[in-house]
Amino acid sequence: MIFDIEVNNKIIKAKKGETILSALSRNGIKVPTLCYMEELAPSGACRICVVEVEGQPNLVPSCAQPVEEWMRIKTHSPKVIKARKTIVELLLSNHPDDCLYCERNGNCELQKLAVELNVLERRISGQKGKQKADRSGSSMVRDPKKCILCGRCVRVCEEIIGVSAIDFIKRGNHCEITPSFQKGINLSSCINCGQCIMCCPTGALYERDHLPEIIDSLNNPAKHVIIQYSPTISVTLAEEFGVKSGKDINGMINAALRKIGFNKVFDSSFGADINTIEVANELVNRIKTNQNLPMFNSCCPAWVKYIEQTHSHLIENLATVKSPQQIMGKLIKGYYAETFNISANDIYTVSVMPCIAKKFEAQREEMTHKGITDVDAVLTTRELARLIRLYGIDIMNIESELADTILGTRSSAGKLFAVSGGVAEAVIRTSFNLLTGKDLVNFKIIELRSINKGRKEFKIKAGDYEIGVAVVSDMINAEKILNEIKNGRNDIQFIEVMACPGGCVNGGGQPIPSRKEDIKARIKAIYDVDDKESIKFAHKNPQLNELYKNYLGNPCDENCTTILHTSFNKRDVLL
Amino acid sequence: MKSKIDEIIEKQNNTDRSDLLDVLQEIQVIEGYLSEEAIIKTSQYFKLASAKIYGIASFYDHFKFVPQGRFHIKVCNGTACHLANTSNLRKEFEKILKIQHGQCTRDGMFSIEYVPCMGACGISSVISINEEYYSSVKPSDVKDMLENLRNTDDRID
Ligand code: SF4
Ligand code: FES
Repeated sequence: MIFDIEVNNKIIKAKKGETILSALSRNGIKVPTLCYMEELAPSGACRICVVEVEGQPNLVPSCAQPVEEWMRIKTHSPKVIKARKTIVELLLSNHPDDCLYCERNGNCELQKLAVELNVLERRISGQKGKQKADRSGSSMVRDPKKCILCGRCVRVCEEIIGVSAIDFIKRGNHCEITPSFQKGINLSSCINCGQCIMCCPTGALYERDHLPEIIDSLNNPAKHVIIQYSPTISVTLAEEFGVKSGKDINGMINAALRKIGFNKVFDSSFGADINTIEVANELVNRIKTNQNLPMFNSCCPAWVKYIEQTHSHLIENLATVKSPQQIMGKLIKGYYAETFNISANDIYTVSVMPCIAKKFEAQREEMTHKGITDVDAVLTTRELARLIRLYGIDIMNIESELADTILGTRSSAGKLFAVSGGVAEAVIRTSFNLLTGKDLVNFKIIELRSINKGRKEFKIKAGDYEIGVAVVSDMINAEKILNEIKNGRNDIQFIEVMACPGGCVNGGGQPIPSRKEDIKARIKAIYDVDDKESIKFAHKNPQLNELYKNYLGNPCDENCTTILHTSFNKRDVLL
Repeated sequence: MKSKIDEIIEKQNNTDRSDLLDVLQEIQVIEGYLSEEAIIKTSQYFKLASAKIYGIASFYDHFKFVPQGRFHIKVCNGTACHLANTSNLRKEFEKILKIQHGQCTRDGMFSIEYVPCMGACGISSVISINEEYYSSVKPSDVKDMLENLRNTDDRID
């Protein structure tokens, strides 16, 4: 039902059942929020969204209060503005005030609110927090001094990721958000998805910085520095430079990275193609022998850690294939080094990922052999933007260049790894070929492309077999499907899980904010690549086939296994 | 061997969250505090994250996360006692025992806690030691008091 309400002396339309906030924002009236999260039930904790409703003695939180027909609302009356300003002043009263040195300087919701509400002096001073930043994690830093207790990280971790690695402790002015038992995040059940960073309004949560090491290596003439970037980076980096979401700047990234001084620039989508070939072969083998099914993707390091710590009895179900990042790292320090006769010790490999869990993955023990680490440093999209600015490169105005070959050309299937459902789509394209000897005519798997669903399913007949595929993003949905499998469901052979909602395009290393419309635009840009490019199957990638012929041997054979596969182990964490 | 914590948890018959505080309370009565082990076991039983249980428990001052001493001293921090200068009393305890609120001496003998009004304002300053109450305590009493307690410790180590 639609009815009229009066807002700021004008009539607007409201829908029955929606909140005041939703009616306001649909009508273009902006009210600030802090604790509010679009997809989740309102918590009403911060009160910054208060409005005046005629006849009500107190201001009401617009994010939580349902709109009603009789309402006459004032969104910016003196009383409202005073209340909001006081809230911000209170939030600032114990804030460290080191904005100039803060990770989120210029992109901080608290800073923005202070500006909007014209806070020009410190009217209220409180005791500053003395907590030390938690630098124990390999992916993330937590700085509780900057936390304003909006609770968004706690909610994302519990209600979307389903992990609950962090929570509020104590109360009143002792209240804090910490991992279990106030220990380091490294001992907690955190899977490094980074979704808490994505929703943190301030600089209380951020990725572990790898920039200084990279710059040192770039400055070291003895080092041969190679960079690879994930399939998603090309469609998200532009946003960091103020361009509308969804613009693909692949070629400009290549050029910018060369200008910075990287000796070689590779597209990790090539690694994604190899990952596809290996996973498809492994899947087909498992289907034929009916072993360790359903098989899970192993390219999302957050999901892998989740299985290792929470469902260690299912480790066997994970594909044993390394992620594209690690495959590239390994090939750079192996194949590439041999081909160009450079010692692996002199090569420094950097990857740019949309993800902070990739920082954790690169440091896994299994990814270092004989003192050689396959991937030395990992940058997020945000950090790459910083590096580009630091080197004074006007990325939006340079000529496009191609990525380096040898580990460079890709199919568009590799590019699909960026989106939820894309890994499954790429793997099915190749598995179908393995099982039937033919290529799928309808290679676009529409069922796996729906943007709004956290859970998708699809079945396909391939020769004598039927492959059931389930795709999950928003980790919390993974638990549901695992439960169904436990209860006897056996029509699913492949499960693709990406911890982040929507997949890597919305990873924990992407531009902040990543709004829904941005994510949609990014996904569309990825599918556009799939539409436009000529090679749509990983197994049709000519450079890849050459590599298999000359160096790797047959997929999943001994040589491939040593180079491209890995193992996973049970992990003890504070669940 | 089954621990006391296991026994408490096993006799529960539903995993409804509303029973959580009861279980924690029962464990604290038996163990004197909530150990990590206790919280982890409770979290497994209720299928909640340990971070969550720790968060809930730490909301209440009632729950302790470090073991208490053989003599647990509570010093009243209510208004009347405060006016009767309990802060000097506190300082005296802290000086002699070298511990602060919520801590326990290394030998496990004494722990100390400051609590809200104990309801005996007329005889302030009030303290309690293992639930036995003492009235009109002065800082100068503290040293002897602790000495006496130490002598009554009948544990055979
Ligand atoms: S990184 Fe992910 S799992 Fe870790 S605390 Fe943040 S939201 Fe939770
Ligand atoms: S945004 Fe409404 S109470 Fe926080």
